[in-house]
Amino acid sequence: MSTEVAIKQSSDAARTQHVPANIRMASLRAIYIIWYRDILRYWRDRWRLGASLAQPLLFLIVFGSGLSSSLKGSTSFGASGGLSYIQFMYPGIIGMAILFTAIFGAMSIVWDREFGFLKEVLVAPIDRSSVAIGKALGGTTQAMIQGLILLVLAPFVGVKLSVLTVLTLIPLAAVLAFGLSSFGVALASTMKSMQGFQVVMNFLMMPMFFLSGALFPLSGLPGWMTVLTRLDPASYGIDPLRRVVLSQSGLPSAVIDKLGLTINGQVLPIMLEAGIMLAFGIVMLAIAVVSFKRRD
Amino acid sequence: MTELETAIQAHGLVKRYGELEAVRGIDLEVQGGEIFGFLGPNGAGKSTTISILCTLLTPTAGTARVAGIDVMQDPAGVRQRIGLVFQDPSLDDQLTGRENLEFHAFIYSVPASIRRRRIDEMLELLQLTERAGSQVRTFSGGMKRRLEIARGMLHEPQILFLDEPTLGLDPQTRQSIWNHLNELRSRKGITIFMTTHYMDEAEYCDRIAIIDRGKIVALGTPDQLKAMVGGDVVTMTSSQPEAAAREITELLGVTPSRQNGTLRMEVADGKAFVPRLVRELIAPVDTVTLRRPSLDDVFVKLTGHAIRDEEAGTKDQMRMMGRAWMGRRR
Repeated sequence: MSTEVAIKQSSDAARTQHVPANIRMASLRAIYIIWYRDILRYWRDRWRLGASLAQPLLFLIVFGSGLSSSLKGSTSFGASGGLSYIQFMYPGIIGMAILFTAIFGAMSIVWDREFGFLKEVLVAPIDRSSVAIGKALGGTTQAMIQGLILLVLAPFVGVKLSVLTVLTLIPLAAVLAFGLSSFGVALASTMKSMQGFQVVMNFLMMPMFFLSGALFPLSGLPGWMTVLTRLDPASYGIDPLRRVVLSQSGLPSAVIDKLGLTINGQVLPIMLEAGIMLAFGIVMLAIAVVSFKRRD
Repeated sequence: MTELETAIQAHGLVKRYGELEAVRGIDLEVQGGEIFGFLGPNGAGKSTTISILCTLLTPTAGTARVAGIDVMQDPAGVRQRIGLVFQDPSLDDQLTGRENLEFHAFIYSVPASIRRRRIDEMLELLQLTERAGSQVRTFSGGMKRRLEIARGMLHEPQILFLDEPTLGLDPQTRQSIWNHLNELRSRKGITIFMTTHYMDEAEYCDRIAIIDRGKIVALGTPDQLKAMVGGDVVTMTSSQPEAAAREITELLGVTPSRQNGTLRMEVADGKAFVPRLVRELIAPVDTVTLRRPSLDDVFVKLTGHAIRDEEAGTKDQMRMMGRAWMGRRR
């Protein structure tokens, strides 16, 4: 009996020795399948897909067209090189779609917890960090798909997009999607019930959207609002999208700078903004990982 | 897969939640290849104990080895070697049956070369092949349970843990789940550890531990436990129950217990006792029944109270309603 135990223990010891490579592979597999499940559910849920496209369309067509006509004479739009409000708003609406889809996608963790599936994931012999990473990547991908679908609308709002512009937009949108999706996972990892979800919707996502510069330029605002808009991470993801889209439409860069995000009057380079967004995402993901590892 | 000599060993398990002691010193040993039942009313500590053994909870005191591995030292090692079927549903019902199994195969590192074969085999074994491509939300309660069992078996665990696997299912479905579990055991040589509060179900187990208020009050085969009652159970009704009870005590040397108009007695040899009862009683004998003791009788004898479904049933009812609701909803 005792020798048997000894044998068992030594074989366990042997097993733990080549575990590092195994664990890395197991984690990658787990990240992949958690991501894949999210994408599968996203495609399967056609209603949600349709509904989540309806909202940006409504904003763009109704809100955008309406404001466009009343703003025609205003200095920042009508006078500045023939830019219409709807053109200004278009990249912001792409940002909005990414914002909502990313956070919603990641927050499906709360849903999984409510309906028991999260238990199946959490008891598996995998590193908990794969759960957070898989979910963040799932949200990122869904948000990217949503954003890319909206690019198709460019001709309808009078925005010309070249292949190069689209290729520049993709990584910028991806960084935004990743940052917000990680934010969603971090939130969801601390949330126990669906009730919290409503709170997040009303008191976080909507303010983040309104303060992000998706709907109006972030210049010349009252002081308190200037501060809040600069604290909104989404601002740093939407501004680069707008710069790229507007520069394509032949607007002078002085006008674009005037409409864009500034800190202390300084225009931020696109790469810096993307860097800020990426850093935000990584920090949020780290918080999510810690939070997942801690809970029993 | 090698059959383990000792699948589960637990010594002095205690789990305290503040003032409340949910588990109060549990010792048990489960042999490899056994179907071991954990029987007791709701709140007796069954789920807590099973959660400790599955490494989902850490015990306040005590030790446990599952599949030869210490649950405290290497929880991931334990989890790789056990299959789990939870009390509450844990399937993704927007995915198909097969997709649920694929997900499991990935997170449990089932090698790609055998993944498909293993999934097919489990679907076949639990008779889900035909519906494998349908979304789980279209499944009946019994099918969902079977899918969860298939999923728990997918990474070839040595021990399958099931927490109230038949809760909320109708009798035929419960029967079919049991047939499947028996077949799994004989085909795969797996050890099964399960909790239940259905007395009739516990009879399918090789051995049973009866748990009440956080302690094991009896442990043995169903027959051994029933033998603790002391033979057979005879009940009779009479239009003069007082007289009948007195006569039974005086003439036959057995003290019956009275419930309403029914007299109930435990006797060593029921077959010989019934003719004597009918012959010697002067008071009228209206009906007589003779039966082997059930586990209900054992439980009553050991704990002084009955396991009644309605007693702690509100939680279950809510759970069942929850299941029905979710089935409709998604």
